[in-house]
Amino acid sequence: MTVIYPARRILTMNPSNPEASHVAVRGDRILGAGSLEELAGWGEYTLDNRFADKVLMPGLVEGHSHAQEGSMWRYVYCGYFDRTDPDGKVWPGLGSLEAVIERLQEKDAKMGAGEDPIGGWSLDPIYYGDVRMSRADMDRVSTARPVGVRHASGHIMNVNTRALDLAGLLREGINHPGVPLGDDGLPTGELKGPDAMELAAAHVGLDRKVMAADAWGLRQFGRLCVRQGVTTAADLANPLPPEAVEMMLHVTEEADFPVRIVSLRRFQGVTPRELIDRCLELREMSTDRLRMGLVKIHADGSIQGFTARLRWPGYYNGAPNGLWYATPEQMQEIYEGALENDLLVHTHTNGDEATALMLDTFERALHKVPRPDHRFTLQHCQMADAAQFRRMKKLGVCVNLFSNHHFYWGDQHYEKTVGPERAMRMNACATALREGVPLAIHSDAPVTPLGPLFTAWCAVNRLTPNGRVLGEAEKIGVEDALRTITLGAAYTLKLDHEVGSIEAGKRADFAVLEDDPTTIGGDALKDVRVWGTVQSGRVFAAEET
Amino acid sequence: MAEAVASLPVTVIGGYLGAGKTTLVNRLLRQADGLRLAVLVNEFGELPIDADLIESRDENVINIAGGCVCCSYGSDLMAALINLLQVEPAPDHILIEASGVALPDAIAQSVGLIARYTVDGIVVLTDAETVLDDGTDRYLADTITRQLAAADIVLLNKVDLPMPDTLDETKRWLAEACGEARIVETENAAVSLSIVLGSRLGSAVAQAHHHNDMPHADHHAAILPVERPVDPDLLAQSLADPKHDLIRSKGFVRGMDGKIYTVQTVGRRRSVSVAAQPPAEIGRVVCIRRNDAIDLDGLADAVARNCV
Repeated sequence: MTVIYPARRILTMNPSNPEASHVAVRGDRILGAGSLEELAGWGEYTLDNRFADKVLMPGLVEGHSHAQEGSMWRYVYCGYFDRTDPDGKVWPGLGSLEAVIERLQEKDAKMGAGEDPIGGWSLDPIYYGDVRMSRADMDRVSTARPVGVRHASGHIMNVNTRALDLAGLLREGINHPGVPLGDDGLPTGELKGPDAMELAAAHVGLDRKVMAADAWGLRQFGRLCVRQGVTTAADLANPLPPEAVEMMLHVTEEADFPVRIVSLRRFQGVTPRELIDRCLELREMSTDRLRMGLVKIHADGSIQGFTARLRWPGYYNGAPNGLWYATPEQMQEIYEGALENDLLVHTHTNGDEATALMLDTFERALHKVPRPDHRFTLQHCQMADAAQFRRMKKLGVCVNLFSNHHFYWGDQHYEKTVGPERAMRMNACATALREGVPLAIHSDAPVTPLGPLFTAWCAVNRLTPNGRVLGEAEKIGVEDALRTITLGAAYTLKLDHEVGSIEAGKRADFAVLEDDPTTIGGDALKDVRVWGTVQSGRVFAAEET
Repeated sequence: MAEAVASLPVTVIGGYLGAGKTTLVNRLLRQADGLRLAVLVNEFGELPIDADLIESRDENVINIAGGCVCCSYGSDLMAALINLLQVEPAPDHILIEASGVALPDAIAQSVGLIARYTVDGIVVLTDAETVLDDGTDRYLADTITRQLAAADIVLLNKVDLPMPDTLDETKRWLAEACGEARIVETENAAVSLSIVLGSRLGSAVAQAHHHNDMPHADHHAAILPVERPVDPDLLAQSLADPKHDLIRSKGFVRGMDGKIYTVQTVGRRRSVSVAAQPPAEIGRVVCIRRNDAIDLDGLADAVARNCV
């Protein structure tokens, strides 16, 4: 059964046939793109006019997100920027701490009496000047129930007195850099770093285990993908315990699950050898809509948390160098094992020293276990300089840059973390393309919102919240940006033969757009309206999901 | 000064890959002799626990002969520590084997977030053959030196392997890197449990009958009498003073205010707290030194200066 869709415009990303007026779909695959006359030659068909006034692009590919974004919508959104939930409701950004408290108070009022927890997420007090949230603020939401709000960075949480008490932290004599104390000698309610946060997280409902294997959250993530035109999304760092895999296999098989999830197994809690063995098992368990068997390694921490590893001259504000999260020996063992078994490894490096370590270590592994077309990918890789991009090119390493970072934290990077010069080269998309490094760009949702067209806008405009253009020379053009959020990301996941362009034989995955991203103008790219998607031939309208 | 609570002592074992952390853990388990040790490891490697010690195992827990247990915590050390509080009967001492790049002082600070635990000490192992290379490596140098700087006791392991000249150079470098930490040289991580863990010292205080210095297999032990009321903080300071070279000390003394205090030192680390329950023996401090006889006279002078 063949369906032919006429469209206002079809941007195929296929260099041999860049534009078409019609696309023919048979089952879950594309029969061809061309004129109606050309496609009619395939035989009997149904003409489906529903996209006649829409623009079709290949289904967008988010190369670095976390399916946890879906689960976050269980909690109260407390961010500074507007954000769209899976229902399509836009939650207005909160312009002041007072507004944050009010939104949490509304939640409390809705919940009625009781001691059930309130969890919130995406708080970013840096936008509220020098004020620091304390437990007194959070106590205004409730003193009876535990209340906790995770910051946008994911590295800090603010809790109320009740939550502190339940966490066993409402006492004197605590001596921990992540638990600042007030004048009364008791914690202020700000908890920094995973250990301090972990003690309170479960009490406010932000339990890591709940969020890691949450069928409801995965379905919500699928709905968010439809709204953003995404048909393939990487779930970049999942511990993938058996119960989570079972849940994910089950949910992704549901007839109306609208996205292909590529879930990478995070290196934690196992030896390198066990990791490789587990990924070989996971690869065998993969289905069309749940791809597994890829590896994720964290080499360092985050730049705004001052845990990224920087080369000289280090942090602009003089903070000591960050932390390693894996040893070079472990990294090399994983790289060698993965090369031997044709497993794909993505490595998180934020600081340029972490990138240097990955490249050194990977070069040794590749000499020992040569494998062409390995596509090992650096994730974030925010501070890489031109020389490092040249090395990536020589070693066949791909990069997925964190373009959204400028829009959220660009001013902090300029003023505080890395200073002006290196802030301007951060996420150097233009250099990557110029040096010929396969490029993707990402949101790291839920750290920043899922939305490849918004991410493309960030890479094209490089604007910060204060309106500063951070690195004019590293801007890329709209056409490059659009290729990056389709074929570019697909390439880093070794899926470019299946998805990322509209051409005969590939998956029938389309982003269905109301506006034409190539004519709307680079400064308006984020405003392109998404009607929905077609994923493996199945049509998903954002308004109906 | 902390109020008295029955707390569980935790020792953090740090050090880079291959320094001998797992070997040390197995040596301690073999010496446990009724002491219930709970070992937390980041992940079960090929052989986290010697096979002959294992009674049973599942994915995250290995049960060990004599009531000891070994658990893997993955990325979630805090959850593992909280879960351990539910274990009945409670372990006597907890060992956390840190991953190769972890900073042991950061782990110790996090342990301190849970009221039931107190940090007994930070023990960092180094490989005498490789620590000079690793400690000057362009990527690892600052991590290795931060680990060493955090140590109360450094085990300079595998001292039998390097050439004498190299070993001397290593020792000079190490003395600089680890400041006032006590350095204990070992081969194949062979060391007495009472050097690494303080748990058995408490009972030694009650049992020891003579004050003379007693040589043991790899250390000397002695009882320092502190019969008059003393400023416990100043006493702890003296016991930790590098000139006495004590690896550990622990005892119950009467303070100037009449209260009974537990005074404990591990290398340079000092802790003073009001004793949880009235101890049987007051006024005796067990001291442990690695190589030479304990300078009881010098310590007695220091005590005398700190008494009323």
